[in-house]
Amino acid sequence: MLNTLIKPINRLFISLAVIVLSCPVGAFAAEQAVLIGGDKPWWYWPIILFVFCLVLGVLAVMAGVGGGVLYVPLVSGFFPFHIDFVRGVGLMVALAGALAAGPGLLRRNLANLRLALPVALIASAFSIIGAMLGLYLSALNPDLIQTCLGATIVGIAALLIFSKNSEKPVVTKQDAIGMALGLGGVYWDEGARESVEWKTHRTLLGMFMFIIIGLLAGMFGLGAGWANVPVLNLVMGAPLKVSVATSKFLLSITDTSAAWIYMNRGCVIPLIGIPSIVGLMLGSLVGVKLLAIAKPKMIRYFVIVVLLFAGLKAMDKGLGLGLLG
Amino acid sequence: MAEQENLGQRASQEQIIYANILVVGVWIGIALMFLTYFIYLSGLMPSHVDIGLISKSWGLGVNEYLEVTHSPNGWGWVYLLKKGDFLNYLGFAWLALMTIVCYMVLVKGFIAKKEWVYSGIAILEILVLSLAASGLLGSGGH
Repeated sequence: MLNTLIKPINRLFISLAVIVLSCPVGAFAAEQAVLIGGDKPWWYWPIILFVFCLVLGVLAVMAGVGGGVLYVPLVSGFFPFHIDFVRGVGLMVALAGALAAGPGLLRRNLANLRLALPVALIASAFSIIGAMLGLYLSALNPDLIQTCLGATIVGIAALLIFSKNSEKPVVTKQDAIGMALGLGGVYWDEGARESVEWKTHRTLLGMFMFIIIGLLAGMFGLGAGWANVPVLNLVMGAPLKVSVATSKFLLSITDTSAAWIYMNRGCVIPLIGIPSIVGLMLGSLVGVKLLAIAKPKMIRYFVIVVLLFAGLKAMDKGLGLGLLG
Repeated sequence: MAEQENLGQRASQEQIIYANILVVGVWIGIALMFLTYFIYLSGLMPSHVDIGLISKSWGLGVNEYLEVTHSPNGWGWVYLLKKGDFLNYLGFAWLALMTIVCYMVLVKGFIAKKEWVYSGIAILEILVLSLAASGLLGSGGH
């Protein structure tokens, strides 16, 4: 029933996207091919950005990473937008993706509200501080934030290479905080056709790590799935499926607070924001379909290489070395 | 599925309500973004900032950009909703308000169940998100 409803909605969604996003070309190309700044009319970059985000959305889904973590370093490295706007839009992109994924994950009980709520409070409070600090630093010197972003992205790529997530971590004894908060549950593993019971440990350490995650997410405008998952899974001992789903849901809360700071500061330009959000969402839909026939492992390695390059490029740009063009 | 239900792994009631509000909210938000962007680009409503000026200025830092384009910060966009470009903020704000609305439903559910710790956490989260949304933080400096 739901599928029969979703299919026409998807079709309508895609048709509308084509109409809306081709509108600038049709309506203005003839009369407004005014050369602006260098040699590009105003609609040139938004269209390139839309196509770029479409591809990014496909890759992000297949590589199992969030759109924001790819969007910020790549767009700040290769597009003419100031990093303030890239971070603001990056958060909106991550927020839109997380909000769209949230209902399905909650209904299937994969994203766990009890696990998400306490850590979301910590991460969202600190993402506000991170956002304010990031905006302050980029007002002082944008190169500083670009360099730090590059270093963070290289670190994320390393984390993706070396961290070995555990499908079902063994938690022998739950700690007092985890027990008091009722951090545990049962979910149905469709693949293994079994019911999986789980609980957490090292809750305090995990919560402390969400302070750092919040700060980084706010400062650089990155979705923080790359950090949420290892902390929930490897530190706190939540099963991988629960960690991935709860992380995605968590982003909708963490990114909301940071996104408001950037939006109130004026860092979200609709001309950049809407093609990015729509491109990534459509790309994600295509990515989910392609997932069945593609080789996600190869794509994951490809994305890690892209992340490494994007991180090095951001560092290169921030330090003004000019080694990578 | 029956097996799943028997084992008591179904999502809690508040989780389902949260998901239901979210799914409706997200689709409204996306539709709003499409509609407002269409109005903006088609020129059905005049823009506050000339579109050519935006593309000339998007390489500037946000402080300079706001100055050059005479754009407001904080909730100043609400006063410019008659302008096609600022109309787009309706969609952004809608999406960013969704979590606060969902949390309000959660608080009600937790209080009804007398789950005071989670009620407190959810109320604190609403305060944090409302503070971020209020514009009291980080919208100065223009």
